[in-house]
Amino acid sequence: MPGHPAMIALLLRDLKLATRAGGGFGLGLAFFLIVCTLVPFGVGPQAEMLSRIAPGILWVGALLACLLSLDRIFALDFEDGSLDLLATAPMPLEGAVAVKAAAHWITTGLPLVLAAPLFGMLLHLPARAVPYLLISLLIGTPALSMLGAFGAAITVGLRRGGLLLSLLVLPLYVPTLLFGAEAVRRGAAGMDATTPLVFQAAITLLTCALIPFAAAAAIRINLR
Amino acid sequence: MSLLSVHDLAVARGGMRAVEGVTFTLGAGQALILRGPNGIGKTTLLRTVAGLQPAVAGRIEAAPDAIAYAAHADGLKTALTVTENLRFWAQVFGRAEIAAAVEAMNLRDLTGRPAGTLSAGQKRRLGLARLLVSGRPVWVLDEPTVSLDADSVALFAGAVRAHLGQGGAALMATHIDLGLPEAEVLDLMAHRASSTGRVVKPAGFNEAFA
Repeated sequence: MPGHPAMIALLLRDLKLATRAGGGFGLGLAFFLIVCTLVPFGVGPQAEMLSRIAPGILWVGALLACLLSLDRIFALDFEDGSLDLLATAPMPLEGAVAVKAAAHWITTGLPLVLAAPLFGMLLHLPARAVPYLLISLLIGTPALSMLGAFGAAITVGLRRGGLLLSLLVLPLYVPTLLFGAEAVRRGAAGMDATTPLVFQAAITLLTCALIPFAAAAAIRINLR
Repeated sequence: MSLLSVHDLAVARGGMRAVEGVTFTLGAGQALILRGPNGIGKTTLLRTVAGLQPAVAGRIEAAPDAIAYAAHADGLKTALTVTENLRFWAQVFGRAEIAAAVEAMNLRDLTGRPAGTLSAGQKRRLGLARLLVSGRPVWVLDEPTVSLDADSVALFAGAVRAHLGQGGAALMATHIDLGLPEAEVLDLMAHRASSTGRVVKPAGFNEAFA
């Protein structure tokens, strides 16, 4: 597989950049924390009320935290010319897109998954729902990064494309949000959550299969 | 044997034909310099040859993975050091050796510095070092000497000459004299599109996958 070492090099570079100064690592997590602490101020501290809305709040929070760093996926590489060079490098642009979406997930989605049980406590999420929260986020957040990469590819090169990016991407997040929150709600109620989790997995697999091609096509058009 | 062969090429910028009827062949050891006033379409022609945008008409023949493209932006990450930047591009092009490129572009004393702290000329030298680590035979260069001082221009001309000597080829758009008497010059004024202003049909979605 000729593109293989190049893709690993790109992944390592993106992870390194995210953790260097100005890389934005941890921003999404901090945003998630703030959303989860603001909600009790807004709706009141009653545990019963909070635990009822916790699954939805946690999923919406994760979704918004993910959205925050999407425009960085391609915009920085576009500005400094790296995207031109990647498009002419001996690596399929589709592979580069998949790698960059994966790097986004590792630096944004994965920390959210790991921190979510803690944030669930802030919202009085029932203990028996925590495994469902973990699993649904683990299965669902890769789709958020993939769909986000598609939106970022379409808006790359546009000045102040961030808002447009959000408008494009948020509707695409609806199925993942629906099934994710439903899985956690069912877990909290002690019901079987297999169906929403399977649907979530299907959405994630579908995005992983299709979006590298769609996003690479969008980038090629935007580079002209 | 030709490394890059361009036949009757026409390119468009912003939906308008810029230049047309461009034909040339670059063999091992040959260099071609594109000349012409600002806006004639030098950058567009180079981007088309590099495969970043589709040709309106004509043929571009080059071996797959033969072309290394370098433009105004050097593709550098300011948070990474000179060595990290260079090593990344070497790995992307499937190579490990960066010492020769560091030496050739006189970057030895800068290897540990973050690219963000380099001067414009030093960044440019790092960007040109990236060409050396790509190991590709055909260099397609857009204004390679921007922000270089006289010594660095000479350094760069030396690197181009060494590349040509090793059987490479170079296609460059530049306004200054590099001191490469062996390079041929192509003035794009002679190829300015006669139908300037004619709107070219926008490329379809399918071509994005080509």
